[in-house]
Amino acid sequence: MNDVSFGPNSRRVSKFQPRQAPANSHATSAMIASLDAEGRETITAPFGEALCEVAAKRDDVVGLSADLSKYTDLHVFAERFPDRFYQMGMAEQLLFSAAAGLAREGFTPWATTYAVFASRRAYDFICMAIAEENLPVKIACALPGLTTGYGPSHQATEDLAIFRGLPNLTIVDPCDAVETMQATHALSESPGPTYMRLLRGKVPDVLGAYGYKFELGKAKLIHDGADVLFVSSGFMTMRTLDAAKALKTDGIDCAVLHVPTIKPLDEAKIQAEAAKTGRLIVTAENHSIMGGLGEAVGASLMRAGVAARFRQIALPDEFLDAGALPTLHDQYGLSVPQITKRVKAWLDA
Amino acid sequence: MLDNPKTNQAPWESFRPTDDEIDHLRDRAKFIRLETIRLIEIAKVGHYTSVFSAAEAFAALHYDVMSINKADPKDPKRDRFLMGKGHAAVGLFPIYEELGWITKDVLDGYTRLGNPLGDHPDMRKVPGVDFSSGSIGHALSAGVGMAMGGRLDDLDFTTFVMTGDGEMQEGQVWEAALSAAHHRLRNLVCIVDRNGFQLDGSVDDVIGIEPLDEKWRAFGWDVQVVDGHNVSDLTAALRWAKADTERTKPLCIIARTLKGKGVSYMETEPGWHLGYLTPADAARAVQEIEERVI
Repeated sequence: MNDVSFGPNSRRVSKFQPRQAPANSHATSAMIASLDAEGRETITAPFGEALCEVAAKRDDVVGLSADLSKYTDLHVFAERFPDRFYQMGMAEQLLFSAAAGLAREGFTPWATTYAVFASRRAYDFICMAIAEENLPVKIACALPGLTTGYGPSHQATEDLAIFRGLPNLTIVDPCDAVETMQATHALSESPGPTYMRLLRGKVPDVLGAYGYKFELGKAKLIHDGADVLFVSSGFMTMRTLDAAKALKTDGIDCAVLHVPTIKPLDEAKIQAEAAKTGRLIVTAENHSIMGGLGEAVGASLMRAGVAARFRQIALPDEFLDAGALPTLHDQYGLSVPQITKRVKAWLDA
Repeated sequence: MLDNPKTNQAPWESFRPTDDEIDHLRDRAKFIRLETIRLIEIAKVGHYTSVFSAAEAFAALHYDVMSINKADPKDPKRDRFLMGKGHAAVGLFPIYEELGWITKDVLDGYTRLGNPLGDHPDMRKVPGVDFSSGSIGHALSAGVGMAMGGRLDDLDFTTFVMTGDGEMQEGQVWEAALSAAHHRLRNLVCIVDRNGFQLDGSVDDVIGIEPLDEKWRAFGWDVQVVDGHNVSDLTAALRWAKADTERTKPLCIIARTLKGKGVSYMETEPGWHLGYLTPADAARAVQEIEERVI
């Protein structure tokens, strides 16, 4: 039949010799594509590049993939540090338990897959082998929230809700390429287990223009304003910054408080900003309305007795459609026009 | 693999299709490949090669082997088909259109917003899809449940599950394998599309799975290894799987295939797990599929 055989007597096929594919066709995916940079500069594979910087200084850093190195940017690390890269295959439970074993032996493993597989399939293994034992396993997961059009099997709309309940686990949702790189360094230095939502491929540089510096556990005011306080995380901070610009032309003055560390939450900063009277508080997150940043902020304000007008921009409590990402962001309210429309309606109400 | 010591022949030898039937199935496999190229042009990205390795199996199952009720895709007596490798669903939708389960308009709106046909099959939206998939590793376990259900309902349908070969790396597959053997689910057939490649490279390079036939046998299954592009062998094995009521174990058919079979450069280039052919390249691929006899 074929010139490649897989019988028991030929367990190892010869290394394949790729023939040239036609130059104009793409061996890539628009569905697992980079986030639209919306006119900004981009940095390619910021996580992979930053991890290489860390690994160049530290022998204890290793990388593990579950057949998704190309789509988690870990292939950059795999190419430069082949001796410290472990391909685990499509076996996510193994991926995390083995990472725990490496951590137990004194290594700092970065284990990467898609957010759906980590949060859903491997949850028990992350909980028992990593979080309870408080081991320094660094989890980085692509396709968080609504960052693929592939439908519910690939859209991790509830990963934060799942992981926020885990004691010991630090959770970070970076906004852009710059922050992803800084967070990769910072999390490598942090002692316990961590979960980072990963933007991969060509990732926009958003916060560079604001002289921003990531600090683990710190929320930062990127932009001040008198009428609305956006409290946002992940790429939604790019959107709230753009919404603030758009709303400014309508005379609405918006502040943007960026909250990259979801857990532990910088409650003091959030409460202090929210306590400044008169502003409408609008949380904005790339996550289900259930159990993410919005609910965490809301509960924190209630506990502190901060009684402000409070609204949430988040994904609905539904399994989402498949389709093109920009269309889906508009459909589910994460686009800049949808944000500005809703903020105006809330202010007018 | 020769199972019958008396005749030194495969047990499915007497189930071979006629020459006319073979021609028809080859034609349907060609149709599946061509439609896949046409539909992915709509989506601008898709899993061509995952369909191409399975095209003969899709054709043999839907146009020959399975009991199908065109008038009722939910007929309780129908054979079931579950896709572990849900990303190859684009190759099934044209079949469903031909069977009358979805309209041409729906087919031609593949992946458009609001259209029921996405990259992965959704049983809530698409008639003919027996179980949703998209997350690798689930289908065989669901197939175990459906085969158990058939037995409870005293229905003699067969549950066919197609998995990828990289999928063998998922531990869940082996939980299902243990369970199916324990419950002697002879009405359950797992077809492993052994096309040799997964997202990050060749299966042998990622995490090797051989000797695969010995693994399934050790887990208590009957095993047949066939050439998954040889329509005669594959159809005969699948017909036998359904017809031979003497078997007492679940059956694994390891279909040796080539990822991208039918388009020469895709057959050796693993980067085509996911891709897009520009119209000019698609035209050349169509020409090659039209001309080649597989």
